[in-house]
Amino acid sequence: MDTFLQQVINGLTAGSVYAVVALGYTMVYGIIQLINFAHGEVVMIGAMVAFTMINALAPSGLPPLAVVLIGTGCAVPVCMLVGYSMERLAYRPLRGAPRLAPLITAIGVSIILQHLALMIWSRNILAFPQIIESQTYFIAGAAITTVQIAILAICLALMSGLAWLVYRTPLGTAMRATAQNRQVAGLMGIDVNRVIAATFVIGAGLGAVAGVLFGSYYGIAQYTMGSILGLKAFCAAVLGGIGNIPGAMLGGVLLGVMEALGAGYIGDFTDLCRYGWIAGTIDACRDGGHFILAGSNYQDVFAFVVLIMVLVLRPQGLLGERVGDRA
Amino acid sequence: MQSYLDTRRRPWLVWVGFALVGVSLALLPFALAQIGTTWVRITNYAILYVLLALGLNIVVGFAGLLDLGYIAFYAVGAYTYALLASPHFGLHLPFWIILPIGAAVAALFGVLLGAPTLKLRGDYLAIVTLGFGEIVRIVLNNLSRPVNITNGPQGITRIDPFAVDGFSFGTYERFLGIEFSGPIKYYYLLLLVALGIIVVNLRLQNSRIGRAWEAIREDEVAARSMGIDTRNLKLLAFAMGASFGGVAGGMFSAIQGFISPESFVLVESIMVVSMVVLGGMGNIWGVILGAVLLSFVPEILRWTVEPLQEALFGRMLVEPEVIRMLLFGFALVLVMLFRPAGLLPSAVRRRELAERAA
Repeated sequence: MDTFLQQVINGLTAGSVYAVVALGYTMVYGIIQLINFAHGEVVMIGAMVAFTMINALAPSGLPPLAVVLIGTGCAVPVCMLVGYSMERLAYRPLRGAPRLAPLITAIGVSIILQHLALMIWSRNILAFPQIIESQTYFIAGAAITTVQIAILAICLALMSGLAWLVYRTPLGTAMRATAQNRQVAGLMGIDVNRVIAATFVIGAGLGAVAGVLFGSYYGIAQYTMGSILGLKAFCAAVLGGIGNIPGAMLGGVLLGVMEALGAGYIGDFTDLCRYGWIAGTIDACRDGGHFILAGSNYQDVFAFVVLIMVLVLRPQGLLGERVGDRA
Repeated sequence: MQSYLDTRRRPWLVWVGFALVGVSLALLPFALAQIGTTWVRITNYAILYVLLALGLNIVVGFAGLLDLGYIAFYAVGAYTYALLASPHFGLHLPFWIILPIGAAVAALFGVLLGAPTLKLRGDYLAIVTLGFGEIVRIVLNNLSRPVNITNGPQGITRIDPFAVDGFSFGTYERFLGIEFSGPIKYYYLLLLVALGIIVVNLRLQNSRIGRAWEAIREDEVAARSMGIDTRNLKLLAFAMGASFGGVAGGMFSAIQGFISPESFVLVESIMVVSMVVLGGMGNIWGVILGAVLLSFVPEILRWTVEPLQEALFGRMLVEPEVIRMLLFGFALVLVMLFRPAGLLPSAVRRRELAERAA
């Protein structure tokens, strides 16, 4: 039971970060129907910038919380700038083009960002300095650290903030209007280009924070971290229903939990020695041995399997694509 | 000058052109061998990329399905060959048996990937294929336990070279007073396979199937209402593209003599996509041009960028590998922005773009 709860807690933590990254995908997709391949790299750049600042400031004697805040404070504007420039330079000129065109530029932008990061930060792994003293609490036999609590709280705050922005502010209304019908929104006096740029900037800002959270959860940041994180977040967005903001949140959390549980239990389920009639035929099973077909090293496969299953069984995602709500 | 080269008035000029190209292709490896056998090897890999790019062109260029996990089929072909012709399982089947098996297995994987994804629109398809490519790589990496099938990250070594009745492609030989090194023999074999695949591609393009693919690419709903079986034709595109990848993979396996999952990473898929996009989606000659250009880029960079940086800064600031990837990235973006149909656009794409501009 405590393994189960432990995996759920770990999954929730990772999943809430996926959810915040997934928001970046889903917002952009909702508004211009583009899979912004480069979003994962934006997240990576956020983590790298923040880690560089944090490492530089760590010996200065400032309170740890202030160091982390300054680091994040530097990462967010940098990522927003990156997000804005890629929209302006690589996607806006192709707005009327066939759908394949911006998708291919997005792949290009992603390669460029990843290798620029490689040039700046080299292949080395940036480590998160040990400045925060993490305490561990126990709930019903499962451990939860202060870092995990902080990540959950921040992600929750970010998601509520975004929900407020999209559903309660003039900008959010403009975003939803643009998502529904760009031309009509333009006729109603909305500066469509500005709204789209704003969407990219907000998504990138969220991504920056997510990058810092993800990096501090695992303690490391590297120039390659963006692609796999981005892919998983995209899977989360599709799982929840791409273009749908509550869907991305739900999808992210669900994917995190599924992944953690899957990694925790797949070894048990695929241990052929558990199944009586097969076990008799395998030598390795004698004396309580194991014959595990697939272990937790397949963890990264789960997201893709979930993605393919969702696309086959329910392509519109869990929460569907309620057209009126896409933003 | 123009009138001298007017092929409509002098149809035999076409054959002169063919002969010139043929003779220069035949002599190329010997010229390259003068500089160094490495260059023959590099050319061989370039031809492998041409094979891959032509295979992907069927999926992306003809049928308009963006496949970002294409290297998975290359991997399937390579591993099929490696497992059936290496000491790993103690099997040593001849290559003319394995290559068709590799092509068939890859085609099967193509259908397996295609079947659940055909309903999806282009951009979803891109992500699913990307995920598929990663799944194949992760599985290859981990399929060494509990039963050792792929030998995991260590890969499979001592793979047999191609051989026919004691004539091995891997060894040095003297024939008719001319020296043939292993790479040169492979060069001719690869060239032959490439020619075969080019012919198949050319014939496909203007066939009933090719025109159906084009129709699906342009407007799937319209194509279906014209009585085209879109599902089967898309599956066919996947299977054919995959089988070409499988053949290329098998040859890669034999030439290299060693394979590991490292050779089949996402970057390779993106590289093949870049070749197709840069050259001109749907145009066979464009795709070949793109593949040749991009596969020589790393070598050219190695010979120019490194000494240049040494001379300018006294040390290497940026690795050629990084510059190569940046070039790919910029090539993808700039081609899409300024020349969306590629360096050599296909006739149809050119027409579309002219319409869009008007």
